[in-house]
Amino acid sequence: MTHAFFALIVRDLRLAARIGGGGGMAVFFFLVVVAAVPLGIGPAPDLLARIAPGMLWVALLLSSLLTLDRLFHADYEDGTLDLLAMGRVPLELVVAAKAIGHFLTTGLPLVIAAPLLGLMLNLDVAAFPALMLAMLVGAPALSFLGVIGAGLTVGVRRGGLLASLLVLPFYLPVLIFGVSAARAAMAGFPAGVAGQSLLLLAAVTLVSLVIGPVAAAAALRANLR
Amino acid sequence: MTTSELRLSASDLACERGGRLVFDGLSFAIGSGEALVLTGPNGSGKSSLLRQIAGLLESADGALRVEGGDPELTLAEQTHYLGHLDAAKPAMTVAETLQFWAAWFGGASGAAPAVAAALDGMGLAALADLPVAYLSAGQKRRLALARLLAAPRPLWLLDEPTVGLDTASIARLGLAMQAHLTNGGLIIAATHLDLGLAGARTLRLGAERAA
Amino acid sequence: MSPMTSLSASQRLQAFANPARFMALSARLLAPLWVVSLGFLGVGLYYALFASPPDYQQGETVRIMYVHVPSAWLAMFGYSVMAMASAVALIFRHPLADLCAKSAAPIGAAFTFLALVTGALWGKPMWGAWWVWDARLTSVLILFFLYLGYMALWTAIEEPTRAARAAAVLALVGAINVPIIRYSVDWWNTLHQPASVFRMDGPTIAPEMLLPLALMAFGFTFLFVTLLLVRMRAEILRHRVRMLRLAQAAARAED
Repeated sequence: MTHAFFALIVRDLRLAARIGGGGGMAVFFFLVVVAAVPLGIGPAPDLLARIAPGMLWVALLLSSLLTLDRLFHADYEDGTLDLLAMGRVPLELVVAAKAIGHFLTTGLPLVIAAPLLGLMLNLDVAAFPALMLAMLVGAPALSFLGVIGAGLTVGVRRGGLLASLLVLPFYLPVLIFGVSAARAAMAGFPAGVAGQSLLLLAAVTLVSLVIGPVAAAAALRANLR
Repeated sequence: MTTSELRLSASDLACERGGRLVFDGLSFAIGSGEALVLTGPNGSGKSSLLRQIAGLLESADGALRVEGGDPELTLAEQTHYLGHLDAAKPAMTVAETLQFWAAWFGGASGAAPAVAAALDGMGLAALADLPVAYLSAGQKRRLALARLLAAPRPLWLLDEPTVGLDTASIARLGLAMQAHLTNGGLIIAATHLDLGLAGARTLRLGAERAA
Repeated sequence: MSPMTSLSASQRLQAFANPARFMALSARLLAPLWVVSLGFLGVGLYYALFASPPDYQQGETVRIMYVHVPSAWLAMFGYSVMAMASAVALIFRHPLADLCAKSAAPIGAAFTFLALVTGALWGKPMWGAWWVWDARLTSVLILFFLYLGYMALWTAIEEPTRAARAAAVLALVGAINVPIIRYSVDWWNTLHQPASVFRMDGPTIAPEMLLPLALMAFGFTFLFVTLLLVRMRAEILRHRVRMLRLAQAAARAED
């Protein structure tokens, strides 16, 4: 069963690498969104530095949402999803494998690209480790919560936009704790304050690791049958 | 497989799609080495029945009973379902597709020889390294059929398996099905074509409504 | 033999339309082109790094300019090549023009990236920040986005002829948009212009700096042309491989 589970993750990574859709496109979108901000509010370096952590987190959320749409839909369209449901791997783990694949092809590249964008927004280099750590802790939650929206809207026409609307409220706690962890580190607060936000963020991620697959599997069952 | 022979029986099955009763009061039984051919006009519920057996569609009424088989597995986990869609990604090669499905449907057992045999069985060996994107509709159908050979499962549910196949491929399919029955497998197939299965029973759906 | 040659057979008037002829011609051109580009780059780098004086204001960091300025020039040049090739492809249905545009994109994007990175490296000692939203930097960044979008479109559409058509339209729309973007960014920047931003063009260039700059510019341009030919040859070969594999799939269908 673990063999099949990993085979599914490997298949998703392979497809992402060949089609070039997921990860590369999400990083590109991340870059464009962040670049649009100075054009909107002006290039003053101190202003950009102040809003940089929040901007990067919002851009991370949006890029993650953008890639949710295809998560189950591609497999639904070509009949793969039916067969995935008939394996010995429970549907909850199918969802978990898809979420892990999504994190590895979307969340992780975005976290790695974040320092580059931080530089462009004049973010203090000293705040980078805290920001990246927070993103690394929070990004899996984006994938594991995102699968719920993707599962609920599989087979729905224009499901992509609907999935974004459904998932965005679930993303907000991740945004709040993620930004506050980076902010606290930036403002030079004692490590305890940033640490607290980080722990809360980790708690949200851990909860999402359970809720996401269970809820998404239930949604898929309802939509498939 | 060390498990006992699988036997499947349905009693008073009913199917409802979009508020319309497609069929009801449907009963049949099928045992090891037997084949059941579903016939009937379009919309008589052949595809729906297959999806119900595969666990992909809820029955409105009635029950499916399983005897024997592997007691630790559900019916769906002992079943191969071949629907209208081929479940193959254009970006993956023929061999990769089959390896994935073998890993997915088979247990932990090594799949490499089974995959090679399945490619051979459907005449796909020469195409193994080609991306699925390059295949014709019939070749993709053969790839979907090869899935059934790559991982052993006792019950085959086939929905119009011959669509898009040329005569040579239909002959290959016939051989594969006969071999499956000889090994104690079960086949339920919806088709308009005579599959040439020896001793297959026929279940006609929706006859009274069509008349 | 392949659909490609039969396509060009209908356009015999255009001598270069024939990929086979292009392959033969480019094979002979490649070696001299490599020699010329590497020669210019070698001599240019020697002058740029050792035989030119440091700037009286910027010191040794001015040497980044010898890579930065030619890269920025080729970023624009690459896009022009791409846009012109796309126009030719759309108007004359010239099979090599699509390949030329497709091949120019990653090379142009690479030079654009180089221009952005060297700009950032230069900016750190000059401005005290890795990145400043200066009008010129910003418009080069947007140019980089246009390249990425163009390449993403090529990979997103599986059918090559459809991808070529769509990408050509995008490249042309982009070409019309480049001046508009440039103008709007300039306008945006004067609106917000923070006092700390220097102008990149600075004082007029001394003659002893002009020589390495010119050598590097020639070297980069020849390098661009060389890489373009290499990539176009690779695309033609890729196309032939695809045709052979399709033929293989079709032949095996009768087994």
